[in-house]
Amino acid sequence: MSMRTPLSRVRGLGSAKEGTGHFWHQRVTGAALAILVTLFLILLIAIAGRPYPEVMAVLSNPFVALLMVLMVAAGAWHMKLGMQVVIEDYFHGGLLIAAVIANTFFSIAVGLATALALLKISFGG
Amino acid sequence: MSNSDAKAGRPLSPHLQIYRWPITMTMSILHRVTGMALYFGTLLLAWWLIAAAAGPAYFDVANAVFGSWIGRLVLFGYSWALIHHLLGGLRHFVWDFGAGFSKSARDNLAYANIIASAILTVLVWVVGLLLH
Repeated sequence: MSMRTPLSRVRGLGSAKEGTGHFWHQRVTGAALAILVTLFLILLIAIAGRPYPEVMAVLSNPFVALLMVLMVAAGAWHMKLGMQVVIEDYFHGGLLIAAVIANTFFSIAVGLATALALLKISFGG
Repeated sequence: MSNSDAKAGRPLSPHLQIYRWPITMTMSILHRVTGMALYFGTLLLAWWLIAAAAGPAYFDVANAVFGSWIGRLVLFGYSWALIHHLLGGLRHFVWDFGAGFSKSARDNLAYANIIASAILTVLVWVVGLLLH
């Protein structure tokens, strides 16, 4: 006999209370990144090795900046989820918790540092 | 027939020496390894943009590092990891729709992934260097 309530079964979120959220977020950010990274690679080909003022002019274009910030945001979330899967495969116990937290810290720190640099370039600071 | 004869005739479970390594296993490992390389490689993108935000003097330092032969080698590897992981993700999308699970399809997808990633990486660099 199941001890779960009918409401719990309908919601289907399980003991972690997030259901297939991890898997789904990995896919949605992956779909976004497939588009954003392709555009980024084209942009990078165009500006690689160009002089400083030219690169700054391109990076401070609002559409380019938006594209880059979106890529960094989707990328930070995607890499946090992906690395968490790897960590959960190889770490156990207290080390697992520490590694998962370190992963979250790293992903957010790199993502925000990159976004901040982009905003500084955009606002001409 | 004795009991030991019956045992000798049994099929053995695959072990390392006689296991025919499927290409999909290589691709699974590559997807994880390239993902982890990209994870730490985000530091390169962060550093490049922070250098640009810091001003022309520091931007030149970053460009000199990326433009050196070892810098270019790292960037070449990074661009391949990015393209390979991107195409690997598209392969996963095909599976998510329930397609591409037959033996020939999954092998073809695996080979297409690795060949396309190599060609696209070289293409990106040829176009990039020609424009430069």
